[in-house]
Amino acid sequence: MATNILEVNMYRYNPEEDKFPYIKQYQIEKPAKDIMVLDLLHLLKEQDESISYRRSCREGVCGSDGMNINGKNGLACITPISSVLKKNKIELRPLPGLPVIRDLVVDMTEFYAQYEKIKPFLQNSTTAPEQERLQSPEDRDKLDGLYECILCACCSTSCPSFWWNPDKFLGPAALLQAYRFLADTRDLKTNERLEDLSDPFSVYRCHGIMNCVSVCPKGLNPNKAIGEIKTMLLKDKKEIITTDGAMN
Amino acid sequence: MTNYNSSNIKTLEFDALIIGGGGSGMRASLELAKSGLKTAVVSKVFPTRSHTVSAQGGITCAIQSADPNDDWRWHMYDTVKGADYIGDQDAIEYLCSEGPKAVFELEHMGLPFSRFENGRIYQRPFGGQSKDYGKGGQAARTCAAADRTGHALLHTLYQNNVKEGTNFLNEWFAVDIVKNDQNEVTGVIAFSIEYGEVAYLKAQSTVMATGGAGRIYASTTNALINTGDGLAMALRAGYPAQDMEMWQFHPTGIYGAGSLVTEGCRGEGGYLINKDGERFMERYAPNVKDLAGRDVVARSMVLEILEGRGCGENNDHIYLKLDHLGADVLNAKLPGICELSRTFAHVDPIYEPIPVVPTCHYMMGGTPTNINGQAFNRIDGTDSIVPGLFAAGEAACVSVHGANRLGGNSLLDLVVFGRATGMFIQEDLKSGGGVKSADKDDIDNALDRLNTLNNSDSGYETAEVKKELQQCMQNYFGVFRRGEYMKKGLDELQEIREKVDLLHLKDKSNAFNTSRVEAIELQNLFEVAEATAIAAYSRDESRGAHARDDFPDRDDERWLCHSLYDPLSKTVSKRDVNFNPSEVEAFPPIVRTY
Repeated sequence: MATNILEVNMYRYNPEEDKFPYIKQYQIEKPAKDIMVLDLLHLLKEQDESISYRRSCREGVCGSDGMNINGKNGLACITPISSVLKKNKIELRPLPGLPVIRDLVVDMTEFYAQYEKIKPFLQNSTTAPEQERLQSPEDRDKLDGLYECILCACCSTSCPSFWWNPDKFLGPAALLQAYRFLADTRDLKTNERLEDLSDPFSVYRCHGIMNCVSVCPKGLNPNKAIGEIKTMLLKDKKEIITTDGAMN
Repeated sequence: MTNYNSSNIKTLEFDALIIGGGGSGMRASLELAKSGLKTAVVSKVFPTRSHTVSAQGGITCAIQSADPNDDWRWHMYDTVKGADYIGDQDAIEYLCSEGPKAVFELEHMGLPFSRFENGRIYQRPFGGQSKDYGKGGQAARTCAAADRTGHALLHTLYQNNVKEGTNFLNEWFAVDIVKNDQNEVTGVIAFSIEYGEVAYLKAQSTVMATGGAGRIYASTTNALINTGDGLAMALRAGYPAQDMEMWQFHPTGIYGAGSLVTEGCRGEGGYLINKDGERFMERYAPNVKDLAGRDVVARSMVLEILEGRGCGENNDHIYLKLDHLGADVLNAKLPGICELSRTFAHVDPIYEPIPVVPTCHYMMGGTPTNINGQAFNRIDGTDSIVPGLFAAGEAACVSVHGANRLGGNSLLDLVVFGRATGMFIQEDLKSGGGVKSADKDDIDNALDRLNTLNNSDSGYETAEVKKELQQCMQNYFGVFRRGEYMKKGLDELQEIREKVDLLHLKDKSNAFNTSRVEAIELQNLFEVAEATAIAAYSRDESRGAHARDDFPDRDDERWLCHSLYDPLSKTVSKRDVNFNPSEVEAFPPIVRTY
């Protein structure tokens, strides 16, 4: 194939027309300068308006355009084609493990449900002061690497444990947020939060495969957060054991 | 395709309907969810994908953290001056005085603000900020969560809406307003993007919280979804728009990509240089230099470029220098900027300057409202409330930003007026307010546009017409404007109008048909662009962001007023600016220098 032609193999599925999904091949002139995968999708959509994908901010902060690009999950808008091209070919598929609505658009209901399950909001029932609650810069630093999550689902949908138990294992994205609230000195429901996580599935189905870390487009580390949660759960357990011991 | 009419679509009924899941929409819905009224947020994207997420530098508010003697009245003075005196002073007073309460609420909700050593919220300097009514030097008034304040704010609001059990219609797209024979708004026609199902969403109160429309320009910091849907729906329904000529061009959009680089960069000590390495803002704004109002900085940059002192091969951009701040400051205070710059400019600001250029950023105009978010029409020279219709945030023009918005004031606008709108609707509906039902014909009328598009079998392509529209606006209605060029632009718009009315939707399918959404969005963009063009051509003076090189001076005698665009006659009339704040004396217009 001529080197100035890009071959894009795209997963296509329209539930109203297609019995099964299929891979459609597009050929397009290689742009003069390096462009993002999202720009490539825009060009293809100008050729074939039936292509469907989500997008919004086009700068990697809204988390709309997570997809599987040449086998790896990422955000189309901040993935330069030069970084993923293999022999002038790109394969685009929807995020794995979630039902496909159409083409590159997946149904994220299950992903959001897991996020909601961890009670992703600050819980502090003490009377709020007239001004802000104080927090030292050191305590605030503990939230760095956690609060920046954009809910793109690249991590959870690359996680075999999540594929296997998407209803019971919370998945890396939700667990990262679970730890974001455990780590926040302003949140007072630490014990209740830990108790909610202490069943065999919610956290413990994480086996440290680390796909979440390798795909996170924001450079976050859900695996580390999960480790911290496990440590907190163990400490919690120890305290319970000590109490039991004292009773003996 | 099926022709939709009032008898073959379903009706979903609510007390309050909020169109848009960004900052203002979710702040309003939070207030309403707590009230027990049946409320729904209709959002064309999952709420955390809304454009508020892209706000970086912070939320400006006199919370007296960086400076215990700070005063909301100084913030008010700066905002009035920044607006070039056509911001309504009663609204600005409300914004600045209620602000601290609204910001502390966000902190209580969990927003992860950066902190000072004493544990209070971190505040940084931004452009146009002063102490003591401009006499006390630079203030540091912008509350920040690193350079991801919008993200932190939007997620916090979404999280608290989850907590309160707000009802979300995510990935539903509102098409047109339904109004009854009394000209009251009774809800909208909308469809589910996911399945294509069409419904009449009926409500006693409908809030347009649909954000801006920066996508009318070819080069913009705005998300692809910023297509002015709410404002366009209001215009099509015959309701006016105010100050549409006022578009903010942010000084620092990444050259070529358009992504925003926060003003906080200059607040933290960064500055702009031309090709000679000169810090040229010293010439244009000797006192505050790079922290002058955005309109002033953007114009200075364009002048540098026009006079041949631009950077790069084509001398067509400017450099933002940050490397002197050092890696520690940049990594701690501006981590998101470093990331964006590496991705989109292929430049690491720790070592090299970022190539930037003024880029369309913010719509100061919008649906005119009062402090309660109630939209109004102009009948026989007086304001007349439109029952059932509200607007908040960038979609609205309550007018706190006048002719030029100050950095950090948009996030404050969102929370203060989203909150105020929610509170007002709650009281209004509980005390018996509401609107009369629409009849079948009213609903059918609102379905017209969708039916026309669905039945199109020939016509123009959305992507092509959109490019034409954006190029036209970019060429004739940009940073500098001139009558003869704008006339040309208006003529071009006439031609584009015909194409926009004749779009061909080839793909008629129902499941996640983004082509249908994009066609309607283009029609929305057009309404906003046309209002902009006509208002810009009418205002023959220069004020704030509206710079006419054929009328370079501010003309207070003729134009110390709002422009009000009437979509039915396509003409502009004048409306008085409010100079009656309740607690302080009004700030009279003086010459605006920095």
